[in-house]
Amino acid sequence: MDFSYTILIPLIPLALFVILGIFSKKIPPSISGWIGSLGLGTSFVLSWYTAYSYFLGGKLNGVYQTFIYKTTWLNFTDKLHIDMGVLIDPISVMMLVVVSTISFMVHLYSRGYMKGDDGYTRFFSYLALFSFSMFGLVLATNLFQMYIFWELVGASSYLLIGYYYTKPSAVAAGKKAFIVTRFADLGFLIGILLISYYSGTFDFQEINSLHGSIITNWAATSFMGLSVITWGLILIYLGAAGKSAMMPFHIWLPDAMEGPTPVSALIHAATMVVAGVYLVARLFPVYYFVENGFALQIVAYVGAISSLVAAIIAITQTDIKRVLAFSTMSQIGYMMLALGVSKYDGHEGLGYMASMFHLFTHAMFKALLFLGAGSVIHIVHSNYLKDMGNLRKHMPITHITFLIASLSIAGFPGFAGFFSKDEILAAAYENNMLIYVSSVLVAGLTAFYIFRLYFGIFWGKDNTYEHTPHESPWSMTIPMLFLAFMSIAGGYIPFSDYISADSIPFKSHLNLPLAAIATSIGFIGIILAYVFYKKENNLPERFANSFGVFYKWTYHKFYFDEIYLFVTKKILFGIVGFSAAWFDKHIVDGTMVGIGNTTVAISEKIKGWQSGKFQDYAMSFVGGGVVIAMVVFYIWIN
Amino acid sequence: MIAGINIYEILTLTSILFFIGLYGFFTRENLITVLLSIELILNASALNFVLINTYLYPDLLQGAIFTIFIIALAAAETALAIAIIINLYKLIYSVEVKDTETMKY
Amino acid sequence: MEAILFYILAALIIIFAVASVTSRKILRAVIYLLFVLISIAGLYFLINYNLLAAIQLTVYAGGVIVLFIFSVLLVHHVELELEKTPLKRKIIAGILSLLGLGITLWSIFTYTFKTATTTYSSIEVRDIGLKLLSYGDGGYILPFEVISVLLVAVMIGAIIVAKGEKLKEN
Repeated sequence: MDFSYTILIPLIPLALFVILGIFSKKIPPSISGWIGSLGLGTSFVLSWYTAYSYFLGGKLNGVYQTFIYKTTWLNFTDKLHIDMGVLIDPISVMMLVVVSTISFMVHLYSRGYMKGDDGYTRFFSYLALFSFSMFGLVLATNLFQMYIFWELVGASSYLLIGYYYTKPSAVAAGKKAFIVTRFADLGFLIGILLISYYSGTFDFQEINSLHGSIITNWAATSFMGLSVITWGLILIYLGAAGKSAMMPFHIWLPDAMEGPTPVSALIHAATMVVAGVYLVARLFPVYYFVENGFALQIVAYVGAISSLVAAIIAITQTDIKRVLAFSTMSQIGYMMLALGVSKYDGHEGLGYMASMFHLFTHAMFKALLFLGAGSVIHIVHSNYLKDMGNLRKHMPITHITFLIASLSIAGFPGFAGFFSKDEILAAAYENNMLIYVSSVLVAGLTAFYIFRLYFGIFWGKDNTYEHTPHESPWSMTIPMLFLAFMSIAGGYIPFSDYISADSIPFKSHLNLPLAAIATSIGFIGIILAYVFYKKENNLPERFANSFGVFYKWTYHKFYFDEIYLFVTKKILFGIVGFSAAWFDKHIVDGTMVGIGNTTVAISEKIKGWQSGKFQDYAMSFVGGGVVIAMVVFYIWIN
Repeated sequence: MIAGINIYEILTLTSILFFIGLYGFFTRENLITVLLSIELILNASALNFVLINTYLYPDLLQGAIFTIFIIALAAAETALAIAIIINLYKLIYSVEVKDTETMKY
Repeated sequence: MEAILFYILAALIIIFAVASVTSRKILRAVIYLLFVLISIAGLYFLINYNLLAAIQLTVYAGGVIVLFIFSVLLVHHVELELEKTPLKRKIIAGILSLLGLGITLWSIFTYTFKTATTTYSSIEVRDIGLKLLSYGDGGYILPFEVISVLLVAVMIGAIIVAKGEKLKEN
């Protein structure tokens, strides 16, 4: 089979970015929206076609084959060269489908949402840049190519968060996201260097090879009690945690909601933030086999803790986009922990499959939630729950789609989230009880906070609105309807037939007892939310008061931002920065100023030598000549 | 070759002439007299060329020919220098060295 | 006979050279220089380089010295005495010159010259002329042409420099 045409999938958005970016002033908004949507539509069709042909015909002897098309990009030496290319295997094809689908839907949606905005064309060119980078990341054949596109998605995310650049908070949020992820990426880079140093290659295929030097030979090196390879993997995971907003690098994600809502749906819910999951999945064999999966344990626990903490914080937030941001973080934690508890062979690799499955379904229903929230914000002109309420009659389509997405994320039977979440819980149950219990708890919390949101927006109190709310235009509702369809249908895809850790399809079955437990916990969450928020009452307030300090802590997101601020402002700027500034001003500058002053003083003394008398110059010249002659003769004699 | 005179005496003579010229170049206060000293220096070297040619390589002509060139160059240099001196005189009504010391710190 | 003649000429050269660089009357300095040049021409005669002697007399004594005298008359009163050189300067210059002379003489006297033993005949003007215009081995046609171009350039340059401001006005 020939998949070389897949190179077009990233190249089309690149062309769009260049065209829309260069002519952003010339192209009228009405056209640029169509150009962008059409281009991404092509990528969308190509991706689905690739998935169709790959999953139907990509198998050889029951194993999914990997197709690589690459060319040497930077050739330093015979051993050290950086390639660029396309890697087609089950997870990259699955990610292609996710990215192209969400990106296409967001393009369509943005045509309505961004209507009348000043930077309309600029917005679409940024979206195209992001899509290009994300496709490049997904299709990367080696670590270095992935790193390049990894940074590119970071840059385009920065551009899009700071899209409303006249708003100081948006600028600050963009900077925060960039700096935090950049800081984490430092770990990624060092990890890449470590891994590639010991494996002698950047190539995923060779690194992941079960007979490769990394997996067979990891024990040969050691540093502080662990294999150096393990340290490399932990550092790489640092980068993944930064991109995927895992603890403790999650602080940028809530702030990133300053960007336009379609951006939040595309980048900060469905695609870029799952890049970390994708990276770990990409290197899964290495993570699993090196040091008996020590690094993978870290992945699992970080994922579980992030998932729990984020779910708790999400309950108390009042900004609907922030609730969704923390929800995203919680769900990504789910994917991480699923990867973390997974094993490699056959049915044992359930967690790996479940993680990818959840990545897929989560992308659909979370993007839908964001688009729905965007639709509401578009009408209400506020992000806060207190400005909303009882919108279900005014916005029927948004209401229905939002409900579908909520049921899906809450794990209501029959919806997509139910199936993928069940697989994750099953995988956790089989491998790690502690993580399983926390995951079940998270499932309940998820159901609660998402229905708090749902009831708060569409039911509850009757707000008086400046303008009578009305349904969003078709350009916005059609993508939402499509995603709603996917949020239900996505769950019926037999994922284990397509994706597994060792590329050999297996059969997975619904684990009914576990599903029953999770579902009933979810039900409890929904019912609680119903009691609290269906009609306006003082229950939530009384409840919050009874928790007291804990509620306050949660409301302030456990003071993570404040801790970071303390570390950076007080310790870094105050102590380190201050003394460094003193050193710079007095020692470094002092030396330089001293050199300058000395030069001035000396030249003041000797400037008389330049007397302007040519005879003096001639005398100096002859005198010098005489001296040199004397020296030469002296040496000559001896 | 001058009968009874060896090359050392001749070279001594030209060296003395050269350094007299140099001394004049260092001490004279008038541009024209500085120029005179330069003529002395040039003549000393021209003389050297001829005499060394005569004493060491009597069958060659290089020394003589270079002397001709030196004389031509000296004439040219003098002409140009005097032109400059006259122009300077037109500008500042002086040809003293001390009046030309403006190019300094 | 020739030796005595040489000593006389050498003495004349040195005396007049010293006079030329120390005289405080500028016109006299020029005339002393003339004497030096004539004495050098005498030396050329002594070694039978007649052409050189002739050139020395015509170009230097005839041309350059006249140029000097004219320029002196243009910019000075004939009777004007030059300013005295500061003593310090004289001493430093003297020491420097003597040092240089010492070094030069020392290096000359420690070196053994291989004086040619072949008898030499007086050179012909014809030989020099041929050599100057020869383009074969050891020919000087190229420097000769370069010198002629230089002379033309100097002539034009001297005219322009000396005319100075007036050219601009036109």
